[in-house]
Amino acid sequence: MSELKFHIYPLETGFHGATRPIPNPDLIAKYNYTSFTPFKNSKDNSDDYIAVAAKEIRRDIIRSLVEAKSGHSGGPLGIADVMATLYFGGVMNYDPKNPWMDGRDRFVLSAGHMAPVLYATLANAGFMEKKELLTLRKLNSRLQGHPGRDMGLPGIETSTGSLGQGMGIAAGMALADKYVSKNNHRVYCITGDGELQEGEIWESAMFAAHWKLDNFCVLVDRNHCQIDGRNPDVMEVDPVADKWKAFGFHTIHINGHSISEIRAAYEEARNTKEKPTCIVAETYMGHPITFMNDDYRWHGKPPNKEQAELALAELAE
Amino acid sequence: METTTKSIATIDKVASTNGMTPKYELLGKKATRFGFGEGLVTLGEKYDNVVVLGGDITGSVMTSYFQEKFPDRFFSSGIMEATATLVATGLALSGKVPFFASYGAFAACRNTDMLRISVCYNDANVKIGGGHAGISVGPDGATHQVLEEIAITRVLPNMTLIVPCDFTEAKKATFAMGEFVGPAYIRFGRTDTPMFTKDDTPFEIGKAQVFREGNDVAICACGPMVWEALVAAEELVKDGINARVINVSTIKPLDNATILAAAKECGAIVSAEEHQITAGLGGAIAEVLVKNNPVPMEFVGVNDTFGGSGDPDELMKLFGLTSVTIIEAVKKVVKRKASSK
Repeated sequence: MSELKFHIYPLETGFHGATRPIPNPDLIAKYNYTSFTPFKNSKDNSDDYIAVAAKEIRRDIIRSLVEAKSGHSGGPLGIADVMATLYFGGVMNYDPKNPWMDGRDRFVLSAGHMAPVLYATLANAGFMEKKELLTLRKLNSRLQGHPGRDMGLPGIETSTGSLGQGMGIAAGMALADKYVSKNNHRVYCITGDGELQEGEIWESAMFAAHWKLDNFCVLVDRNHCQIDGRNPDVMEVDPVADKWKAFGFHTIHINGHSISEIRAAYEEARNTKEKPTCIVAETYMGHPITFMNDDYRWHGKPPNKEQAELALAELAE
Repeated sequence: METTTKSIATIDKVASTNGMTPKYELLGKKATRFGFGEGLVTLGEKYDNVVVLGGDITGSVMTSYFQEKFPDRFFSSGIMEATATLVATGLALSGKVPFFASYGAFAACRNTDMLRISVCYNDANVKIGGGHAGISVGPDGATHQVLEEIAITRVLPNMTLIVPCDFTEAKKATFAMGEFVGPAYIRFGRTDTPMFTKDDTPFEIGKAQVFREGNDVAICACGPMVWEALVAAEELVKDGINARVINVSTIKPLDNATILAAAKECGAIVSAEEHQITAGLGGAIAEVLVKNNPVPMEFVGVNDTFGGSGDPDELMKLFGLTSVTIIEAVKKVVKRKASSK
C-alpha cells in the first residue's frame, strides 16, 4: 500500500499581477507597525494579556478597513475577544514560523465576511507583517475581501465566503484526522448567527454528530444581527442553543466578551468525548465602539476617516 | 429512413476501413457506473489515502463495492450532497483523496455552489462521480435524467471533466482521476450500454482518441454516443462518406489539437452527446472552431427540453440520441461543406 502524495499548502495561483500592493508608508510609521512584536500563544497567558491582544486586533481591524474603504466592521469587532483567546490563550496549537506543520490545529472562519478579524489576528500572531493589513481588499493583495486560499497567505486553511460552506469543510478536516490521519489535532470553526439560516449548516451539524467528531468545535457568533436587520426581523434563528443540542452537539452558552468564559468553554470542549461541541457566544456587533455597538447597520460597511479616528480614540491604551 | 433504422441491437460489429485503427466490436453491454465502482476499488487497493463518501444511493452509483472492501475508509454521509462535497473538500485539504458519488442531478446541479467555491476555488483534490447521466436513465423520468452537468462543470475554473464511453474506459478513467491531482468530475450512466473498448485501448486524461479514421467529416462524441457514432460511420460508407470518429472522453480540458486537426482534415464536424446541445460537448467544440477554423458543424443532443419516463431505448430514439440522428446530421453537414466551397 502507498499514499497518493500531492501539494496542498501554500497555493499561490490567485496572484494575478506583477507585484503585491504597497502599503501606505505614512500609515506604517503612524501605527508603529515596523517595531511590533507578535503576541505569544500560551495557556499561561493571563486574561489581561489576551484582552490587550484583543484591543490591538480591534485597532487593526479599524485601520485596515478605513484604508480598504469597504468591508465588514461589525462582526469582526464583535468576535475579537474570541479570536484573541483562540490564538493567544493556548487554545490552538500552531506555529507562525511553520504555518503548515503537520498536526497543527485548524481554524476555519465559516463566516468569511469577517475576514478582517482573521487577518488582524494572524498578523498579531506573527503569520505576516502587520503592514500587510493595510493592503486589505486591494489588487493582488493576499488579504482578499473574503479569505482566498489561492493567495497562499499562511494561516488561511480554506477559502470561505459562501455562507454555510466553511463549517462542512471544517467537519471534513476533523473527520480526516479522527478516522484517517489520527494526529490528534482539533478543528475550530466560527459561524455567524445569520449564517445559521443556511441549510448546509444543519446538514454539517448532523454529519459531525453522526461521526462523533469530538475534535471539532463550532462557535456561533451570537450577535443577533445580520445585514438587513436583527435576526427575528429577517429570519428567526432562536432557540439557537436548543437547536445545536437537538442535533447532537455538546452545547455551551457563554458571554462572548468574557475571556475567562471563552477559555473555560474551549477547555470544556476539549474534554468532551464522543460529541462535537457548539459554543454559543453572546456578542455585540461592533463592540465596544460606542457608535457601532449592537447596531446592525455596521454589518457591512467600513468606518470613514472621522469615524475611524473616533473608534481608535475609544480603543486607545 | 430505410437505410438508417439499424439500432445498437442489430449492428454488433464495426469494421475499420483501414489498418490504422483497431476494430471495434460489440463485446457485450454493461453500464459505465460499474466501471466507476470497479475502478474505485482498484484505486483503493493501491493507495490507502483514497477515501469514499457515500450518499445513500451507494448501490446505484456503485460506491458500495468500495464500502464492502474498505469499510474503514468509507464514510456514510446520508442524503446531503452539499455537505458531502464540503466534507470531501476538508478531507482533500488534509491530504486525503476523497471521492463522492451521487446522481449527477445532485452531484453537479444541486451542488454547483459547493463545486465552485469550496472545491474549485480551493483547487481541492476532490473527485466527484456523477451517475444516472442522460436520458438513458429511463423510467425514473426528468428529475433524475441530468442533461446539464457538462455545461455546469466545464465552466468552473480548475475543474477537469471526464465522460467515459463505455464500462472499460470508465474503469480506467476512475483510476486515472484518482492519480490525477486537482478537482475532477466523472459522468457515468445507469443503463447497460455497449462495451467496445479493451484494456489496451489508449486512454489519457486530456486526450481525445481517434477511434475510426476518415476524412469526409469528423464525429466528435462522448459517453455512449461514441458507439452510436461508430455505428453511424459504418452506415455512412454506403453513401460514400468516410467519417472519422473521435472519442472526446475529456471535455475539460478539451484536446484542441485533435479537434482542430479534424476540422482541417475533414472540413466538417458533428458533435454527439447525451446532454443538452447548449453549452455541452458541442458547445465546447464550437468555441474552439469559431476561434480557429470555423468549419460547418451540426449538433446531436437534447434540444432545450426535459426528459421523461420510458424505456431507455425508446427514450433514446424519441430524443434523437441514436446513430440514425447522427447519420442525418452528417449528411446535412457534408452538404453544407460542399456548398461552402
